[in-house]
Amino acid sequence: MRYRAMVKEAYLGLKAKDADRVKVHLRRLLLGMKMTDGLVFKVFIYTLLVSLAYVYLFPMLFMISNSLMTFNDIISANVRWIPSSLHWDNYRLVWEQINFPRALRDGLILAGLPALAATFSSGLIGYGFARYNFPLKKLFFVLMLMTFIVPPQITMLPTFRMYARFNLLGSIRAFIFPAILGQGFNGAIFILIFYSFFKMIPKSLDESAQLDGASPLKIFTRIALPLAVPAIIIVFLFSFVWYYNETNLTGLFLRGSEMSTLPLRIEQFFNEFTSIFPEGSPGREMMQSARLAGNLLAILPLLVLYFFTQRHFVESIDKTGITGE
Amino acid sequence: MNALMKKFTHRMKPMFEQLGQWWEKRVGTHLTRLGHRLTHNKVLDVSHTRWRVFNRVNIPITNRLREASVGYLFVLIWIIGYLIFALYPIFYSLYLSFFNVRLDGASINLTFVGMGNYRAAFLEDPFFIEILIDYGISMLLNVPVTIVFALIIAMLINQDVKGKGVWRTIFFLPVIISSGPVIGELMAQGATTLPSLEEFGFVQLVLNNLSEFFANPIQTLFDSILLVLWFAGIQILILLAGLQKINREVYEAAQIDGASPWEAFWKITLPSIMSLVNVVIIYTIVSMSVFSLNPVIIYVRNIMLGPSTPSILTGLGYSATLAWVFFLLMSLIILLFVGVVSLRIRKVS
Repeated sequence: MRYRAMVKEAYLGLKAKDADRVKVHLRRLLLGMKMTDGLVFKVFIYTLLVSLAYVYLFPMLFMISNSLMTFNDIISANVRWIPSSLHWDNYRLVWEQINFPRALRDGLILAGLPALAATFSSGLIGYGFARYNFPLKKLFFVLMLMTFIVPPQITMLPTFRMYARFNLLGSIRAFIFPAILGQGFNGAIFILIFYSFFKMIPKSLDESAQLDGASPLKIFTRIALPLAVPAIIIVFLFSFVWYYNETNLTGLFLRGSEMSTLPLRIEQFFNEFTSIFPEGSPGREMMQSARLAGNLLAILPLLVLYFFTQRHFVESIDKTGITGE
Repeated sequence: MNALMKKFTHRMKPMFEQLGQWWEKRVGTHLTRLGHRLTHNKVLDVSHTRWRVFNRVNIPITNRLREASVGYLFVLIWIIGYLIFALYPIFYSLYLSFFNVRLDGASINLTFVGMGNYRAAFLEDPFFIEILIDYGISMLLNVPVTIVFALIIAMLINQDVKGKGVWRTIFFLPVIISSGPVIGELMAQGATTLPSLEEFGFVQLVLNNLSEFFANPIQTLFDSILLVLWFAGIQILILLAGLQKINREVYEAAQIDGASPWEAFWKITLPSIMSLVNVVIIYTIVSMSVFSLNPVIIYVRNIMLGPSTPSILTGLGYSATLAWVFFLLMSLIILLFVGVVSLRIRKVS
C-alpha cells in the first residue's frame, strides 16, 4: 500500500516536472528568447507581410491575367482570374506596334543618364549641406526645399519657355543639364536623402581622417560615400524610375524628336488606336487587354532592374572602430 | 550571372590600370603643375595659413573660412543650377500671381492688380477655400497613417524574414506603379480597390454603429487607405535603407542591459533615423499634394487651362495665385508635422 502511494507520488511529481518542462519549451517556441524570435511573432510578421503584399500584388495579378485574356474571357462571367487560353496576341500587337526593342533602348538611355547625373550631383550637394557650415546655408536649404514644394504644374509653362530659349528641347540635354546641376525631377528629395544619410555618419570619423591628412575630397570619396551605399542605390533607383515613368514633362520636352520613352510610346500608340477604332467598332475590344499588356511591358524593365539591384542594399557597414561616442 | 560579371571585371581590370597610368603620367603631372602655377604666382599666392593677393594683401585662412569655402565648393553646382533653372520659373510664377494674365497667341498681356488675385481667392472664389480646408483635413489624417505604416513595413522587412529580395521587390511595386501612367490605368479599371475589403462590410458596420462624428473620419480613412498604401512605397524604401545602417550591435548591447524591444525602438531606432523621418514627412506631404488627382491641383489646372471658368478669374495669374496660397498651406503643414515629431522625440529621448 505504502509502496503504491510512493509510486503514485513519484509519478505525479514527474508529470508535474514534465509539464513544467513542456510549458517552458512551448513558451520558448512561441515567444522566443526575446520577443522577436518566437513563433507568435513570426506568424504575426508573415501574416502582415502577406496581406500587404496581396494589396500590392492584386493589381499586378489583375493586369497579368487580364492581359492574357481574349475579349470573350473579359466579358464572360465564368472567367474571373484564369484565362480560358493563354492569349499572347495582345503582347505581340503592342510589341510590334511600339517597336519594343528600340523603345526600350531609348527609354533606358533617357532614364539612365539623367539618373546617373542626378545621383552624382545630389551626392555632392547633400554632402556639402550635411557636413559643412557656411554663410547663407539655411537660406539655400529653404530655397532648395521650395523647388520641391512648389507645385510643378505651375512652373511648367515658364520652364518650358526657358528650355526653349536655352535650346534644350527635343533632346536628352533637357534632362541631363538640370540633373547634373541638382535640379532634375524631384532633385531636392535626393539631396535631402543624401543629406540625412551623411548626417547619420559620426563626425569623429571625418575628424580622424582629417588628422591623418586626408583632403575633403578624399574624405568624401573614401569615407562618406562607402558608408552611404544604400542612399546611392535608392537615389539612383528612384530617379531612374521617375525619369522612366514621367510622361507629362517628357512628352512636353521631347515633342517632335525621334526619342521617346516606353510609357510615352505606349500612350501614343493607344491614342492612335482609339482614333482608328472608335468606340464600338470591331477591333476595339482588343483595347483593354492590349493596354494592360502594354503597361506590363513598360514596367517590366523596372522590375528586372530592381530585382538585381536590391541585393546591394547592404547590411550595416558601419562597424567602424569609434569608441567613446 | 555573377560569374559573367566577374569575368567581365577581370577583363576590364588591366584596361583601367593602363588608363590610370596614362592619366597619371600624361595628364596628372601637367594638371598638378598647372595647379601649382595658378596658386603660386604674383597675383595669388596660396599657402596653408594665408592667401596673398598681388604680393600685398594677406588674407588669413581660418578653419572657419576653409570650412565655408569647401562647403561652398560642394554646393556650388546646386547654386549654379538654381540660378539657371529654378529661380526664373518659381519667381516668374510668383510675379504672375500679382497680375491679370491674358494669352493672345504667343504674346502675354499683363495687367497689374496688386493683391487683387489673393483677395479674390479668399473672398470671392466660391470653391477654393472649401477645397483647401478639405485638403488640410485629409492631410492631417493621411500623413501620419502613411508614415506609421511605412515605418512598420520597413521594420518588418528589416527583420530576419525569409526571402528578403522577394519582399523588397513586392514593396517596390508601388514605387513603379504609382509614379507612372499605370496607376491611372488601374484606377480606371477598378483594380486599385480591393473587393474583399468591401465584401467584409467593415465600413458599413462602422457607419451603422458609431455616431457620425466618429464614423466619418473612419470612413474617409478607409476610402483612402488604398491610396495611402500606394503612396507609401518610397517611404518604405527610404526608411528601410536608414534602418539597415543602424548597427545591430547596439541592439544587442541594449538587450543585454535589459531593454525591451519597445524601449529599443524609441531609444535607438527612432532617434537614429529621425532625419530620414523628416525627409519622409516632407516627401509624403508633397507627393500627396502635387499628385495630379488631388482636388486642389485639379482645380488649379482647370483654372489655368480649362474653358469652364468664370471670365474674371480666367488666366495664368489667378491660377498662380492659387498655387502660391496652396504652397503656403503645404509649407505650414510640413512645418507642423516636422515640428511636432521633433518635439515629441526630444521629449522621449
